[in-house]
Amino acid sequence: MISAGHIAAVRFGLGPRPDQPPVAGGPEEARAALLAQLAAPPDQAMPPRDWEQEPSVADGLAIQQLDTRNPLPPGTPNRRVAFYTAEAEAYFARLIGTPTPFRERLVAFWANHFTVSRREGAVFVLAGDYLRSAIRPHVTGPFAGLLKAAIRHPAMLLYLNQNSSVGPDSAFGRRSRRGLNENLGREILELHTLSPEAGYSQEDVTEFSRLLTGLGVEQARDPRGTVFRAANHQPGEKTVLGKTFPPGEDSIDAALEWLASHPATHRHLARKLARHFVADDPPPEAVERLHGVLRDTGGDLGAVSRELVSIPEAWDPPLGKLRAPFDLVLAAFRAMGAGPERAEMAVNSLNPLGQPLWSPIGPNGWPDRAADWIHAEGMMLRIDRMHMISGVFSRRDAREALDLTLGPLASEPTRLAVMRAASNREALTLLLGSPEFQRR
Amino acid sequence: MSGHLPRIGRRGLLLGLSALATLGRSRLALGAGPEGDSRLVVVLLRGAMDGMAAVQPYGDPELVGLRGPLALPEPGQEGGVLDLGGFFGLHPRLPKLHAMFGGGELMPIHAACGPTRSRSHFEAQDLMESGAEQRLASGWLNRALAGLPGHEEGANRPGFAIGADLPLILRGAEPVGMYAPARPDRPSPDLYARLLELNHADPLTGPAVAEGLRARGFTAGVVPPPEQRGGFVELAAAAGRLMAAPGGPRVAALEIGGWDTHNAQQNRLRSVLAQLDDGLDALRLRLGPAWGRTAVLVMTEFGRTARVNGNDGTDHGTAGAAFLLGGAVAGGRVLADWPGLAEGRLHEKRDLAPTLDLRAVAKGLLRDHLGLPEAAVAAAFPGSGSIEAKTGLLRA
Repeated sequence: MISAGHIAAVRFGLGPRPDQPPVAGGPEEARAALLAQLAAPPDQAMPPRDWEQEPSVADGLAIQQLDTRNPLPPGTPNRRVAFYTAEAEAYFARLIGTPTPFRERLVAFWANHFTVSRREGAVFVLAGDYLRSAIRPHVTGPFAGLLKAAIRHPAMLLYLNQNSSVGPDSAFGRRSRRGLNENLGREILELHTLSPEAGYSQEDVTEFSRLLTGLGVEQARDPRGTVFRAANHQPGEKTVLGKTFPPGEDSIDAALEWLASHPATHRHLARKLARHFVADDPPPEAVERLHGVLRDTGGDLGAVSRELVSIPEAWDPPLGKLRAPFDLVLAAFRAMGAGPERAEMAVNSLNPLGQPLWSPIGPNGWPDRAADWIHAEGMMLRIDRMHMISGVFSRRDAREALDLTLGPLASEPTRLAVMRAASNREALTLLLGSPEFQRR
Repeated sequence: MSGHLPRIGRRGLLLGLSALATLGRSRLALGAGPEGDSRLVVVLLRGAMDGMAAVQPYGDPELVGLRGPLALPEPGQEGGVLDLGGFFGLHPRLPKLHAMFGGGELMPIHAACGPTRSRSHFEAQDLMESGAEQRLASGWLNRALAGLPGHEEGANRPGFAIGADLPLILRGAEPVGMYAPARPDRPSPDLYARLLELNHADPLTGPAVAEGLRARGFTAGVVPPPEQRGGFVELAAAAGRLMAAPGGPRVAALEIGGWDTHNAQQNRLRSVLAQLDDGLDALRLRLGPAWGRTAVLVMTEFGRTARVNGNDGTDHGTAGAAFLLGGAVAGGRVLADWPGLAEGRLHEKRDLAPTLDLRAVAKGLLRDHLGLPEAAVAAAFPGSGSIEAKTGLLRA
């Protein structure tokens, strides 16, 4: 195992910064530093531009309503787009500088597991709070807590149409002749918890969707946010995979907790974690170790995160995963020692690389295998973008950046190419465009 | 004829005097502009241009022996260099510069070097742009802006960087403008080639880079497609357009890479020299009447080895060539104190020896062209007291 500090910074972090060099010492020191990040107090609040405090769900929904009721003159950007932009830049300012990049990698992983996308308009005004209140506080807690927080957040309820799902036999359903929308119910079972391998049926999906009815979002008046509308709730017991739940709001949390503790859920999460942090096709032993921890702790995400850094396959071989554009862009800006003022450029760098922030195509989120990201023009666009970044930071010493970011992970050809480049900027482009830098 | 030329000693002999006789009327028509309206453009050739290829001393009897396949035929022969007055010849891919020479507007400079004796691109470029023998946090052209006569706080920014990057030469306390064309700033064909080389063995990124380059029209030899060749030409034309306007920027810097010709030098140089030639001519055309008040200094961080290496290329050397051109330049001659290429004359037995510090040329331009007071010239080039500003660079 060579340079555990470098491996830790790229595999579990967002890449080193000049003020956050790789941890010196061996694997023990590197592991201890990662675990310390998990135990560290939360990063300080970083309100978006023009906000004194971090905005709430109610703030976001109010902005959306204002846009609908009092649209700005044509040609003026929507308020919600301006708000989204400020939120996105605040998020990236945090990521560029965060001293707890392992924690933020987990935040990004779980946010992708519980995908919400700007393809549903309301997410523009809710994504910032979603990360702040539904994801970040829960990434080292019980999975049930994360699941409940994510599912109950207005971003998720609106993205997966739960707000328009009505129990057909509820008071409102009978009056309005409206009915179920199974979108959220199906994705919870398929993507967030059990996965299809658990063998649930369409009837399970329908029953679970009935169980979720009533859960919705108050968008029009204070207090704006998640609500339970008893008049929309399907009466009667519901049976999901043989487990029966009584009618009422309490069954929603009860069902989510039950799903969170299901063995199929633990296997599903273990596979996804291993694919993200270990390898595209993770060794079964690695998956099994993670699964074992989730099973034995009842889904403790802190415990499974700590286990991740102990899996030998997560350290060897190094650089086994291709960096998705999100990781690549952040690693590049961090390598350059960028300050928060570069957040806008960093966020915008995701667009040409095919991973625009908070905009995955479907509820299954961004893919997590190299084959899904590597293609010819995409690779050229990566190189072009890295060249653009090297132009902005052309005074950043390329040899220092090489030692900082790759150190002994750099191949001899990469080291020579950087050393022998015809200018510092070209050396930076070669470093950021090297095969090693494309990996983590 | 070269064999009859005397060995040229350290006398600052100006070659190509005969060309002065050919000056046309254009020089008179352009004339000098109003006081304080002169323009200075600095073009940085990053990667170390081979001065002996760009400005070949075909009259030096040692040349062919040292250069072998890299030595081009003498003037008048097929593929021969373009004569600069009997001893030096311009690379045949610089025909527009040669026409400027004929018009008295180009002064090639040879056996010149910046303030470095390092053969590291990074260090040498930094020192060339710092204008000092150690790295400084600001560039000499930025410091020069502070001393521009008539320069007032808060007035239009007289200095401009053309391109996506602010080079060190223009960094510093004086605010400068930046102009970059909307077209994305992509790596040069040469840099793409290096990236391909770096990635080619990788099972994931290698095929993707190779296929991506092919799809963009690069062939196996990474020859740039026509639309990719124009980068520098476009930048230079933009510089000309901006600086042509009355009250426009007076000082600009731009750069062009692709000079680090360790192998297959003949091929690599042809393309990049043609870009330089086209670009400088585009600058001239776009400047219009302002060309008459313009001086352009084209320089590189160091020259390359006197001898050809084992790959038909050259390695990092010391002295090399530079160009001074513009309607304000007293051109039509070569500025060189030629040290000769005989074994004993080479610097460390391998490089063309430097006989001119380019800071002398730059100081001359700041003083006589931009009209900087002596103190401001000294502030632009700290610690260069022993290097006297060159006189006679500009038309009277």
